[in-house]
Amino acid sequence: MSQQTVLYDVPGPRQRRITLVSSVVATALLLVGAYFLVYRPLDEKGQFSMELWGPLVDPGNENFPLVWERIGLGFKNTLIAAALAIVSSLIVGTLLAMLRIQLKSLARRRFTGLATPVSYLLRGLSMLLSGVTRVCVEVFRGLPVVITIFFVARGFPEFGVTFDTLWYLVIGLTIYNSVVIAEILRSGMEGLPGGQAEAAAAIGLAPWQTTRMILLPQAFRIMLPALISQLVVVLKDTSLGFIISYEEALNIGKQIIGSLGNPIQVYIVIGVIFIVVNYSLSKLAQYVQHRLARGRKSAGGTRTGAAGTELETEAVAGTTT
Amino acid sequence: MSVLIDKFDVFAGGFWLTLQICVLAAIGALILGAVVAVLRISPVPPLRALGTGYVNVFRNMPLTVVMFFAAFGLPALGSNADFLRIPGLDAIFTRLGTDLPYFRFALVALVLYTAAFVCEALRSGVNAVPAGQAEAARSLGLTFGQNLRYVVLPQSWKASVVPLGSVIIAMIKNSALIGFFGVVGDLSATADQLTSAEGYAFVPVAIGISIGYLIMTVPLGALLDRIEKRQAVAR
Repeated sequence: MSQQTVLYDVPGPRQRRITLVSSVVATALLLVGAYFLVYRPLDEKGQFSMELWGPLVDPGNENFPLVWERIGLGFKNTLIAAALAIVSSLIVGTLLAMLRIQLKSLARRRFTGLATPVSYLLRGLSMLLSGVTRVCVEVFRGLPVVITIFFVARGFPEFGVTFDTLWYLVIGLTIYNSVVIAEILRSGMEGLPGGQAEAAAAIGLAPWQTTRMILLPQAFRIMLPALISQLVVVLKDTSLGFIISYEEALNIGKQIIGSLGNPIQVYIVIGVIFIVVNYSLSKLAQYVQHRLARGRKSAGGTRTGAAGTELETEAVAGTTT
Repeated sequence: MSVLIDKFDVFAGGFWLTLQICVLAAIGALILGAVVAVLRISPVPPLRALGTGYVNVFRNMPLTVVMFFAAFGLPALGSNADFLRIPGLDAIFTRLGTDLPYFRFALVALVLYTAAFVCEALRSGVNAVPAGQAEAARSLGLTFGQNLRYVVLPQSWKASVVPLGSVIIAMIKNSALIGFFGVVGDLSATADQLTSAEGYAFVPVAIGISIGYLIMTVPLGALLDRIEKRQAVAR
């Protein structure tokens, strides 16, 4: 909002008149355009008839209770898959972030005090492990989620492991999102002031204790908005379950369309529900971010660097699927 | 492993098609996203509301739903997306001119969806320009349009590059969805076809498909990291 007032002057009487006139003109143009380009063709095809909308909006319609029962089931399944996926990717992601931080610090150690071959072996091993995790992260971050889910659903039965489709979806989503969450947390930990880790070392905490007790809690707090927007991403990605025929909202929508033949209406309803849920989640993320920013300001410490990475990671995290 | 060599042309064809839709969708989304971003910061309230509404709708809807809308909504509006049969362009991107409209529908959906994120990336860049710059331009008497064109946008570009890049990477990954929407022959459809219809072993096909996507996403990601580091130093 503040940016908008910076870009142009506070309007005077003439400017206000111009704005008013152009507002009216713009609204009229938008409405006329919507009428001729959207309403008329849809009306000609009878897309506004009660026959198509009835089962979705008219409680008196014979199909109404059944349709909404199915849609409810679909969204219940969507939420179950999303909840399982977000919990498991939080756990796996946290572990992965800790592992990567550990391996990174290990790879920097020189293992002095041990026999030379042993120390070289240990150094080589830790570098190798660090490299392997790095490659895994890059690969799974670079693959589309759709492809990961598809690979899981096709690959597991290939090796004789079969689950319910729900678990294929959850595993596929977990693989991708845990890697993303691990990167969010890792950048949060590395964005902390170096003094935190140094102070922890000075009072004699072991490296993993430092990560667990000092770095991780602070990283969680700083990265909370980014984590919540990742939640939105997971919820949206759950709709990909339809490619492995998991019975989530979209798949149910497809079944309803199959029997009632009203694709546009059903997708509008499903789209609106998705928008409402995700919009409130994004608002929550914004609210949390404001709260955090205020808390930090009142604490007196201004850490512009950390705030900058926070904004960036949120922008990055919010973009997938 | 022989499938990788025997069917190399299939993999290469899939890669080429995915690359085509990515290039086209990136161009379209950048243009549309810039328009929406200008709407969102314009002084006229209804246009601002339109821009905000656009971003909120498309950012919160799964791409899958957008794709379904494109596939069912455009025909209902009486259009087969024929406006995308741009002469000259369809000589290079042959799929634009085919009679089956699915490639064009997928392209429309991808552009509409990505434009919302492009708009947000551009806006975050505009917000990163120090307020004093715009104020100075205003005090020189520049209008809103001149202010954006000569002062704010050239500077915001630098701050938008990294977010824009990650939007494009996300879009490349999202394009994998088109194979499940009736577009024949892109990388993801190739995976489906080779493993189920032609009965090739799963693992080599999976490796081939993964390499196809990683070729596009990993170098771009590395480049972005580089730019980000350099900018951090410059700052």
